[in-house]
Amino acid sequence: MVIAEDIATKDRPSPEGGSAPVIEVEDLRKAFGTHNVLNGISLSVSRGETLAVLGRSGTGKSVLLRILIGLVTPDAGSVRIQGQDIAGLSLDGLGAIRMKMGFLFQHAALYDSLSVGENVAFPLRHHRRDLSNAERKERVTQLLAEVGMEGNLEKMPSNISGGMQKRVGLARALALEPEILLLDEPTAGLDPISSGEIDELILKLQRERQMASIVVTHDMHSARTIANRLAILDKGNVVIEGNFETLQRSDIGFVKEFLKQS
Amino acid sequence: MSAMTNSTAAGVNPPFDGGSPPAIDRTALIPSAFEYVGGAFTEFFEWFGSLGIFAWKVLSAAVTPPYEWSELIRQLDEVGSKSFPLVALAGAAVGVIISLESRYSLSRFGATSMFPETLVYSVIQVMGPIITGLVVSGRVGAGIGAELASMKVSEQIDAIEASAVNPYRLLAATRILACILMLPLLTIAADACGLLTGWFAQTLVEPLSFHQFIENGFQGATFNAFLPQTFKTAVYGLIIGFIACFQGMRTEGGAEGVGRAATNSVVLGSLFLILADVVLVKFILVVFR
Repeated sequence: MVIAEDIATKDRPSPEGGSAPVIEVEDLRKAFGTHNVLNGISLSVSRGETLAVLGRSGTGKSVLLRILIGLVTPDAGSVRIQGQDIAGLSLDGLGAIRMKMGFLFQHAALYDSLSVGENVAFPLRHHRRDLSNAERKERVTQLLAEVGMEGNLEKMPSNISGGMQKRVGLARALALEPEILLLDEPTAGLDPISSGEIDELILKLQRERQMASIVVTHDMHSARTIANRLAILDKGNVVIEGNFETLQRSDIGFVKEFLKQS
Repeated sequence: MSAMTNSTAAGVNPPFDGGSPPAIDRTALIPSAFEYVGGAFTEFFEWFGSLGIFAWKVLSAAVTPPYEWSELIRQLDEVGSKSFPLVALAGAAVGVIISLESRYSLSRFGATSMFPETLVYSVIQVMGPIITGLVVSGRVGAGIGAELASMKVSEQIDAIEASAVNPYRLLAATRILACILMLPLLTIAADACGLLTGWFAQTLVEPLSFHQFIENGFQGATFNAFLPQTFKTAVYGLIIGFIACFQGMRTEGGAEGVGRAATNSVVLGSLFLILADVVLVKFILVVFR
């Protein structure tokens, strides 16, 4: 049973009223062997909106994000990004869609042979060949300043903390001015203070850039802070979708248990 | 007396009670043997199928722009310049070995005057290419396999793809092309070192000027005698780069997977290189002689 109610809260950035969905997922299904990970998920996200997807570990939250960016092919269902169905697109065809998307991996996935500055410059080097070296460096400096990592251009990923790696990963995800942002467990493995800083950073970026965002997390506090809507997955289905108050009013046993343990 | 147990695929036999040894249920072994062989065949064909798909992706990425020139140049340095000392050393050692062995063999037949030709032909036609190939397979193959495997398990390759950059073009095509271009040059280096040290080892016993040695060694030789053997190593480079990139980019399983990828890159690369040499030698003999 799915309960959906959209009420934007005054503290979080609100989506533009009446805007068409940027991300549309319909009846998405994915199995790995005999294990059904996604059993017909449907959801949509508009510009300026942040949807938090929560659930227990292993319920397909990260798989959902990977399907949206095209790293995993679904078994059935459709994924439309800005109206375009991404099913069946070649690697280079997906490239055009991916340039509108920024993806923050759970462990940041920084390129360990490149410095912090080179990591952030990577998308610019490949897709903004019109920029001179000086312009690219200026852009990288701006991006790192935006995420609070100014002055760390020359450091290597192995020499910075997990929280700092996440910030650099976020800067890299924002390099091409994406309209869509996908975040896989942005606060996983971080202490509460660093988690709070990452949440504030995501909120600030959302306020400024009005991207359509999906955040996968099991951190209810983080989800409440940064998301307009929350969706809880269980056994491959969306059990409930709405704002936090909607979840609190739910009589569904799993939802009550999930909120109690969070 | 400790109990002895024999376990079979069907289950555990009764514990040994000190009397007659327990009977082994041999019939239970037959299905598991079929399953094992069948599984091995399935894996074998699955591996080749995946290799074919990988080959197609790399080829189509390599011939379509935008080309990754800066990465290619970086890989040319990585494969070429950084392998040179090891290859030169291996070539030098081979030259001494052939010099010592052939001098002994030729003196038994009273044919020591043929030493320069023997050394030149042995190094350039046979030992130089294969030794270079095996040394580079060990160094470069393991390096590429481990590097790409490490990137795969840490999601760096996924991150490259998510940044709308084709990983087959950026990572695989550049490395494979670098191997193809560098192997013939490294072979020439190994050959040169082998001839130099081979001549030096001979000169210590029976003085012979280097000029005389080269003149006698290449007497009557044509380009067909040496160039095909040198440039066949481009095929070695293709095999080494291909297998290493394939093994690296399909890795699963964390640190163990990385180790397995590095090992398989060397083992399979060396194996396919030697098998390819059998075909290439015959091909050269038919076409160029």
